[in-house]
Amino acid sequence: METSIWRALLYLVGVMVFAGLNAAYLGWCERKGAGRIQRRIGPCEVGYAGLLQPIADGVKLLSKQLLVPRGVDHIIFRTTPVMAMIPAMTSMVAIPFSANIQARAVELSVLLLFALASIGMMAILLGGWASGNKYAIISSARAVSQNLAYEIPMLVTVITVVLLTGSLELKEIALKQQGGFWHWNVFRLENGHFLTMWISFIIFFICSVAETNRAPFDMAEAESELVAGYMTEYSSMGFGLFMMGEYLNIVVGACLTTTLFLGGWDCPFGLTPGVWWFLLKIYILIFTFIWIRWTYPRTQIYRLLNLSWKILIPFSFANLLITAALIKVF
Amino acid sequence: MNQYWTDIIHGGKSLLTGLAITAREFFSPVVTEQYPYEVPTMTPLFRGHTELIGNEETGLPNCVVCGACPRACPSNCITLEGKKAENGKGRVLTRYILDFSKCSLCGLCVESCKFNALRFSKDYNLVSFNKDDFVYMDLIKRLEDQNRCKK
Amino acid sequence: MSIPLHLRSDEVFVLNLGPQHPATHGVLRVKLTMDGEYIVKAEPVLGYIHRMHEKMAEGGTFAQFMPNTARMDYLHALAFNHGWALVVEKAAGIEVPERAEYIRVITVELNRIASHLLWWAAFLLDLGGFTPLLYAFDDREKILDLLERITGSRLTYCYMRFGGVLNDIDDEFITGTREFIKRLRSRLPRQYHDLVTHNIILIKRIKDIGFVSAEQCRRYGATGPVARGSGISYDVRKNEPYSVYPEFDFEVPVFSEGDSMARYMVRMHEIEQSMRIIEQALDKLPSGPVMGKAPKLLKPDAGYYFSAVETARGLLGHRLVCDGDKNPYKLKLRSPTFSNLSLFGEVAEGMLLADALAFMGSLDLVIPEIDR
Repeated sequence: METSIWRALLYLVGVMVFAGLNAAYLGWCERKGAGRIQRRIGPCEVGYAGLLQPIADGVKLLSKQLLVPRGVDHIIFRTTPVMAMIPAMTSMVAIPFSANIQARAVELSVLLLFALASIGMMAILLGGWASGNKYAIISSARAVSQNLAYEIPMLVTVITVVLLTGSLELKEIALKQQGGFWHWNVFRLENGHFLTMWISFIIFFICSVAETNRAPFDMAEAESELVAGYMTEYSSMGFGLFMMGEYLNIVVGACLTTTLFLGGWDCPFGLTPGVWWFLLKIYILIFTFIWIRWTYPRTQIYRLLNLSWKILIPFSFANLLITAALIKVF
Repeated sequence: MNQYWTDIIHGGKSLLTGLAITAREFFSPVVTEQYPYEVPTMTPLFRGHTELIGNEETGLPNCVVCGACPRACPSNCITLEGKKAENGKGRVLTRYILDFSKCSLCGLCVESCKFNALRFSKDYNLVSFNKDDFVYMDLIKRLEDQNRCKK
Repeated sequence: MSIPLHLRSDEVFVLNLGPQHPATHGVLRVKLTMDGEYIVKAEPVLGYIHRMHEKMAEGGTFAQFMPNTARMDYLHALAFNHGWALVVEKAAGIEVPERAEYIRVITVELNRIASHLLWWAAFLLDLGGFTPLLYAFDDREKILDLLERITGSRLTYCYMRFGGVLNDIDDEFITGTREFIKRLRSRLPRQYHDLVTHNIILIKRIKDIGFVSAEQCRRYGATGPVARGSGISYDVRKNEPYSVYPEFDFEVPVFSEGDSMARYMVRMHEIEQSMRIIEQALDKLPSGPVMGKAPKLLKPDAGYYFSAVETARGLLGHRLVCDGDKNPYKLKLRSPTFSNLSLFGEVAEGMLLADALAFMGSLDLVIPEIDR
């Protein structure tokens, strides 16, 4: 009893520190990465290489007035930023960082993560609705149709992984991929699964970009069309929490991709598996997110829906059928 | 149906080329100028605010108060006053006020000056907390400051 | 333009796009009547940056209006300089030395490239791509440095004079321009076309969107890349040549599709054509004075005078009425973007909001020039 309380407290603090640091410093990484891609320096004044920039930004946001415009739905308007942040933080609980580091082994952790992601989406919907701003409402309507369209191919590709590993528990799934990159789901040599799994991986990756509302799928906050979308009326830390929630969603998406397809904490060459490999993989994925964002123009809402319904969903279903057939045959 | 597949293949390829280009830029050197640490040099024709040209020896302004510059100015931002010179020949400048808040730096005053009395400064770091510093910019005082700096 | 009958007034809502909105590039306001994300009716509201330039011309001498011309279309200021210089030279009968004409063409074309680069950057920004903006500004910076060397300013030039230009160009400018053209030629295929033009997201975004027919262009008087993107081959430099343009070998890019992609391609090709013109002008550059004989104070004979020049956005007309005094009696400007924008209301009907903004970006609006 004694130890379990300490364990719970330790993980609580650990998860919150990890989430907080990521939410703050991914903003810095994003700005630095964007700067390099655009051949400028990025933040460089506050601290060494601008490393204290997130703290300065945080202080600035905290010291600003929390403006609540007339005509908004007060309770919803004030709670939605929290709603955007909390589910993303909670998701961290179920993620296995290594064989021994996992706050809570939930049996259906894959489903839990998707359920929490949907709550985050609800925050966007409610936040836009409560703002009473036309741009915000258009933005939240877009966000909902986008998330609906992309959850389907995402879940279907997850089913292929579940079929392969026979488990809905993230730790189990990662454990089944140990022993070098040829065991990872995306390159799985056994029974020729890599033939379909790399397509699953790409579909899953595209969907996670869309689910986290990142460019080129940032329909919900399309700043040149909708000003700032659902965040238009938010100021101060309300805005800050939305931003942090967004970054945390990216971290969760990268963690999920790593666990499902890239072997979790496994070393590519079968040596020294551990949490560092997990972190390396998620940060490579996050860098790819940033890289993509600063390369492409934004797409259009119906192109985005077309991509999902006409390309990703048929492909993911075909992939599912082939994977099932492969498993049945061998 | 054919269009469907070509779109996917060509589209995918174009997306990958895009990533390749930005990746290459990522590792290229920075092109921006780090302003407060690297100060740009102004070209000889740079147009800062106008300033009076002083006589090489005496340091007094070359201006003879002919009034061509306020006439040439499209925004009426030049006010100047003069008085008879003490030796009786011509006039000397006593007051030259430039309203820099109105000036559009077109340079018509500098062109209209036939006595080599007016030019553009190379000063682009003009700052003040007080608007009046620019509305009543005393060019004679600036010239005197310059002369003092020279000494 | 009325609201369709099947939509009751409580089924639509009015969305005020602007005067402060990231996509309108200034203080344009568009009153959009929307049905969900579809535009039922679009009505541009002008006048937020009206500064009475035409009236200001009447208040001063001819030379005093020159700085004003640069403040209308601040992206292609030298063409506005050129138009004003042309009409006054026509009125006062001033001869321009040949070298000055060549220098005018070189600087105007450099400025045109800068304007198109900035349009490209801003258009991509409208479409949500931030990185191309910085790449285009990198190149544009080189042009501004070159022009700063000879004109003394970077954006609102006041370089042309009646009877010539203010300063001669030097060898450093000539070699710098040649280097710049070489650099832009090497960068166009990769940083511009591979990264953006061939990108599937961009193609899907602007191809077959924002269709403007040739008939509409004629009805609204649209000119420049908007008309040339709809299959109308009209370029003042070719059709009513002025200055020394007839001496250069260049093509007028025309695309008949009429969609945003066509307008995009017209501008990208125009950059290449402008580079060709500059190269030829630098090769043929004659020696001689850059300033002809012109009286300090002009008093043209009474009469009506007109000049037309091709700016980056289309035909710019200066209509000047003189009464023999040292001030213009009346000046009327026919600015290209005003006509190009008037298309917007009709074409945007029935479009999605995002498409309409992409279409608006492809028109290349410079608001101070519309309102003047």
